Amino acid sequence: MKRVPGSSGAQGGLYAAPSIFWLSVFFLAPLAIIVAYSFLTPGARGGVEWTPTLDAYRAIANPTFAKVTLNTILVAIGATAITLLIAVPCGYYMARSERQTLLLMLIMIPFWTNFLIRIYAWIAILGNEGFLNDILLATGLAKQSVRFLYNRGAVMLVLVYTYLPYAILPLYSTIDKFDFSLLEAARDLGASKLGAINKVLLPNIKGGILTAFLFTFIPIFGAYAVPLLVGGTESYMLGNLIADELTKSRDWPLASAISLVITLVTTIGVLLLLRANGNAVLGGSGDGEPAVSEPAAAIGGSR
Amino acid sequence: MKGSDVVIEHVRKSFGDFKALDDVSVGIRKGEFFSLLGPSGCGKTTLLRIIAGFESPEGGAVLLDGRDVSPLPPDARHVNTVFQNYALFPHLSVFENVAFSLRLKKAPESEIKAKVAEYLQLVELQAHAHKKPSQLSGGQKQRVAIARALINEPSVLLLDEPLSALDAKLRQHMLIELDSIHDKIGITFIYVTHDQQEALSVSDRIAVMNAGEVLQIGTPQEIYESPATDFVAKFIGETNLYEADVASVSGETVDLSVDGFGTVKVTATEPPPVGSRVSWTIRPEKVRIGLEEPKSARNGINAIAGVVDEPIYSGFQSKFYVRTPSGLVLKVIKQHADWSDDGPEIAWKDSVWLSFSAEDAYIVEVKR
Repeated sequence: MKRVPGSSGAQGGLYAAPSIFWLSVFFLAPLAIIVAYSFLTPGARGGVEWTPTLDAYRAIANPTFAKVTLNTILVAIGATAITLLIAVPCGYYMARSERQTLLLMLIMIPFWTNFLIRIYAWIAILGNEGFLNDILLATGLAKQSVRFLYNRGAVMLVLVYTYLPYAILPLYSTIDKFDFSLLEAARDLGASKLGAINKVLLPNIKGGILTAFLFTFIPIFGAYAVPLLVGGTESYMLGNLIADELTKSRDWPLASAISLVITLVTTIGVLLLLRANGNAVLGGSGDGEPAVSEPAAAIGGSR
Repeated sequence: MKGSDVVIEHVRKSFGDFKALDDVSVGIRKGEFFSLLGPSGCGKTTLLRIIAGFESPEGGAVLLDGRDVSPLPPDARHVNTVFQNYALFPHLSVFENVAFSLRLKKAPESEIKAKVAEYLQLVELQAHAHKKPSQLSGGQKQRVAIARALINEPSVLLLDEPLSALDAKLRQHMLIELDSIHDKIGITFIYVTHDQQEALSVSDRIAVMNAGEVLQIGTPQEIYESPATDFVAKFIGETNLYEADVASVSGETVDLSVDGFGTVKVTATEPPPVGSRVSWTIRPEKVRIGLEEPKSARNGINAIAGVVDEPIYSGFQSKFYVRTPSGLVLKVIKQHADWSDDGPEIAWKDSVWLSFSAEDAYIVEVKR
């Protein structure tokens, strides 16, 4: 962030006090607790005993953890890729449309309904006695109901559905600022339609793509509710592992250690991406900070 | 001559209810510097975009060297465009902007280097090759756009109001430079502008357009000296344009009776019959202004008395609005030559005499 010209250090500190308080109490303190717990011994019924040990980190080396991590990475990469593949054309269409306000409204409407309720709506659609199966059976397209739910496909579908608006919005706002005559210039100089998009549109909306990537990949990486409600055993993700360690196995140090590893890996990944792309995120100066802090907050979230 | 000839045949295009081009036909010769001139919304840019391939005509054809290119996409036409806002790629350096079309063709690196250097030299930008477009001035951006369009060695270069974003001085300079680039390269230039000065000073021929139609095609002299319609007469340069009735005809000289004003002698190559309603014009710089009644009352000279309504001094010339007793106002431009020629100063409210030759006054349109 740029410093406001003329503001002295003392005044700056005063202005920053509320956010420093907020960050300390609601972000740094819990983080410190997680760090501390990860080096302690699990208590018999949850909680911790104050005997330092590295047991939690040894447990991470366990193959179950590796399998869940791999699955989480696959789901996150797959769902993010699909989300971006849908979001870029959507953002492009919105930016070129004459009815931008209406389209923006349509993107925002799902936010009026609670996230969990929207997942249950998908269960109502995809379930064995759900809406989709009713149609398939009624039209004779299927002899018996199809099992759409409780697999990796269902998890990906609902994740893509959930995070699509978060990808479309930054892409739309970046593409809206794009000078479309550049595409004509590229075509004029001999580029095909696809060539013009690859060589001119995509490099110029890189910042928007990166922001959309961060807004989807990071929360999906920490997804909890979606795999819990529409996934099966094969689509168990790190978020579920943490929750189970915390509530079922009651191994708080292990849950803390896993959380910490996820946080570290995503934070380092984000920093590397940001560094590689300079200030391009969210269209540049001053806006870099929310792009980092928001996904970072989402890591802690339980979605 | 290099370049292609471009023939536009009966091209039509509308956007919703708006008729952008209404049966437009234009023939452009090989190597010509051809201007499409008209006010905004006249269809000149639409016509250029149809030639480039960004718009497809609803009827008619675009022929490049006799071949109909109207079904081809822009990348399949040997035509390149210099865009109004330059449309330089912001993520690429000047070098890469110019090299863009060569890279698409997968030209060898050595050829790219040599050709980009050659074309950057043509527009005198060798020293700025590594810069990004955002670091360039308006004139420099314009040059990059020209080099980028020319490196493809098109047979026709389309220029869409290329100078409109530059300030007046730079515009003059770039205009001369464009003209010299045209002389060096020798390909066909099609230049869209709403600025008649630009069009008059560089074009071989001009098509004057209004409301989706081509009103006149001709050399700058033809367009200026013998406008085909009232619109052309008013749009190109300053003019005096009036309506009158044909009173009598003798050879190419026509006596007009101007409403509430008297008789004026004008020239017409094909005189309309007596009694026709016509519009006629005399350019302000072709009217002499003086304090005394002109002595040489030879045949074919019109002399009119009036009072100076408003003198406008602008250094090398003065413009006078002179009101005749009938209320008709004539614009007169007097060049300030040297001391011997200048005569006494003419001021506001002076009674003056205007005179002009019948040979400088023309009938423009026959109304009925």
